[in-house]
Amino acid sequence: MSNGPKNTQLKVSGLSIGYARRPVIKDLTLAPFKPGTLTALVGPNAAGKSTLLRGLAGLQRASGEIHLGDTNLLRLSLPEYSRHVGYMPQSLPQRVALTVYEAMLSALRTSQGLTSSTEARQIAMTTLERLGIADLAMRGLDELSGGQRQLASLAQAIARKPAVLLLDEPTSALDLAHQHRVMSAVQELGVERGTITIVVLHDIALACRWCERILVLSPRGLAADAAPSKAITPETLASVYGIEARVERCSRGFVQVMVDGIVCDRDF
Amino acid sequence: MGTWFTIEDGEGRFFRWELCRRQPGGRSNWHIDALKLDDQFHVSHKRAPGPYAAKGGATALKADNRETRVADRSAEFPHLAEYDRLVRRRMAIMAVLATAAVLAFLADVATGPSSLSAIEAVRGIFFPSELSGPKQIIVWDVRLPQAVIALLVGAALSLAGAEMQTILNNPLASPFTLGVSSAASLGAALAIVLGLGWPGMDITYLISANAFIFAFGSVLLLQALARLRGTGPETLVLFGIAMVFTFNALVAVIQFIASQEALQQLVFWSMGSLSRATWDKIGILALILVLIGPFSLRASWPMTALRLGEDRARSFGINVPRLRFMALLRVAIFAGVAVAFVGTIGFIGLVGPHIARLLVGEDHRFFLPTSMLSGALVMSLSSVVAKSIVPGAILPVGIVTALIGVPFFVALIFFRRERT
Repeated sequence: MSNGPKNTQLKVSGLSIGYARRPVIKDLTLAPFKPGTLTALVGPNAAGKSTLLRGLAGLQRASGEIHLGDTNLLRLSLPEYSRHVGYMPQSLPQRVALTVYEAMLSALRTSQGLTSSTEARQIAMTTLERLGIADLAMRGLDELSGGQRQLASLAQAIARKPAVLLLDEPTSALDLAHQHRVMSAVQELGVERGTITIVVLHDIALACRWCERILVLSPRGLAADAAPSKAITPETLASVYGIEARVERCSRGFVQVMVDGIVCDRDF
Repeated sequence: MGTWFTIEDGEGRFFRWELCRRQPGGRSNWHIDALKLDDQFHVSHKRAPGPYAAKGGATALKADNRETRVADRSAEFPHLAEYDRLVRRRMAIMAVLATAAVLAFLADVATGPSSLSAIEAVRGIFFPSELSGPKQIIVWDVRLPQAVIALLVGAALSLAGAEMQTILNNPLASPFTLGVSSAASLGAALAIVLGLGWPGMDITYLISANAFIFAFGSVLLLQALARLRGTGPETLVLFGIAMVFTFNALVAVIQFIASQEALQQLVFWSMGSLSRATWDKIGILALILVLIGPFSLRASWPMTALRLGEDRARSFGINVPRLRFMALLRVAIFAGVAVAFVGTIGFIGLVGPHIARLLVGEDHRFFLPTSMLSGALVMSLSSVVAKSIVPGAILPVGIVTALIGVPFFVALIFFRRERT
C-alpha cells in the first residue's frame, strides 16, 4: 500500500538476520531489485531462504539496511512496514471457519488507514476477481482445493498492493498446471503494478521459466545472483546442491536442468 | 494504493477504474491501471466520451476527473449481495439465541424447590407488589439474582473461552486452560482455610477477592515467564499446564492441613454454585462485561486475522504478542471474576465458543458476541436443569454444566468428523 512512485527500488545491504550470536544470514548485500521484476530465491534445505524472506518481510530480527526508495524499512514499525511489504507464508492455516472473502476483509481492515468498509469490500472483490477466484469468495477456506487455497492466500498478500511482495514456496503442493497458473498470476501482477516480487522456490525449472533473476542461497551464503542462464550452472548446482547436472537451453530459450547423479565427495 | 473511481457509461452502467502513476518513463499524467473487467468494459471503453479518451491500449484520464461519480458498486458483485445475506442470517441467528436466552432466563426464574408457581414467579419479576412478602423475597432475592448471574457468568466465561481459543490457536482451550481456575481455587483455599487475605476486608468478599487476585496474578506470572521465552501459543500452553499442576498441588497441601469444616467449605466452593449470587456481585460482573467487553470487540479484526496464522497476522502489521497479552488480561478478568463469585464452572468456556463457531464461523465481529449469547443460554439452561434433576434440591451448577457439556461435546466432535 505504498503511495510512493512505482519506480522505487529495493536495496539490501549489510543485512544480517537471526540471533546476534548465530546469524542465519550474515552481512548480505544484493544488487537493487527493480519494480515489476520477479526474482526467485532457490537453494537447498536449511540454506536460510525462509529466514531471509521473513527478514525482508520484517518478521524476523534483522540488522543492516533494507531500503525501499529512500525509506529504510528496518527503521519502521511493523504496521508501517506492512504497508510496503506483502508476505505470503509457506504454511496455510488449517481448520479455519472463515470464508475467502472474510479472510480478505481481515487483511484489509486490520491495516491502518484503510478503515472504510465500502472500500475494503471493493478491493477484496476486485483482488479476488483479478486472480480469477471471485466465485470462491463465499466458500470456506477449508473447502478449497490446494491450488485455490494458494490463490486465496496470494490474494490476501496482494490485497493492500504492497510495493514489495514476498512469497514463500507458493507452489509447493500444487500440481503442474497450478504451479504455472500461480506463477503466471504473480508475474502478471508484478508487471501490472510494478511490484518487486521475490519468490522462494524449490523447483529450479519453474524458477528459470518465470523469473528474470535468480538468487541461489547456500548454507555458506549467497552462491549466485544473476539471470537464470548465469545463475544456474553445473558448477553452482554441484557446489550448492552437491549434484551432478547438465544445464541446457531448450528450443524456446528457457534454462533446463537435467540431473545425472549425486556428487559424493562433498560433505552435505 | 491507487485511487478508485466508478464511472457511469451513460447507459446506467457503472465501471470500476483504478488510477495510478504511469510506469517508469511515462509522464506525470494519470493512466488507467490494467483492469480486466467483463466484456461490457471494452464496449464502454471504446465509447468512452469526454475527458477520458482512448489512446492505444491505455486510456488517459486527467486528475480533474475526481468528481466522477462514485457510486455503491455492490451491485457489480453478486458475491457481495450474497455476503450481505450471510450477515443478515448471522444477525438473525444472534437474535434467536438472545430470545432463547431470555426464555431460558424466565424458565430459570420459574423453576425452583419452593411452592411458587411458574406464572406467579414470572409475574413477580414485572409486578413485584403483587407478591406476598415471602414470595417476593424468593423471586427477588433468590431466583432473580441466580438467574441473572447465570446469564452473566455464562457470557463472561464463553467470551473468555472464545478469546483463549483464538490466541492459543487451539479449539480445546478454555478460560481455565492456563490455570486461571486453579489459581482462583488456591486463593479461595488460602482465604477459607488459613484466613489469609487482604486485611480489613469483609469476610464475605474475602474469598472472592482472594480468588480473583490469584487468578489475575497467575496470568501476569504466565506472561512474565512467556516473555523470557517468546509468547508463542506452545510456550503459553506449556507454562500454563505447569501452573495448573503447581496450583493444584498447593491446593491439595492446604486441603490436607485443613479442618473438617473448612475442607467441606472449600470443596463446596470449588464445585461452582449460583447460590452465592447477590445483587452486588451481579453489578460488578455486569460492569466488567460492559467496560471490558468492548475492548474484546474492538480487537475483532486482528483476532480474525490471527486465525490466518501468526506470520500472516504479523505481515498485516499486527503486534501479535501484544494482542495475545491484552486478550489474556481480558480472559483473566472475565474468568477470574466469574470464578471468584460462583466458583469453578467448567465446559461453558469450551462449549460456548464451539456452538458459536458452528453457527456463525470465525469472523470475530460475530463470533465473539455469539459466543457470549450461546454461553449465557447454555448456562441458563444448566441452571434450570440443576434445579429440576433432584426434586426439592438444587445441585451445584458446576456439576450440571459438565454433565450437559460432555454429551454435547461428544456430539460436536462427531459432527466435525462428518464435515471433514
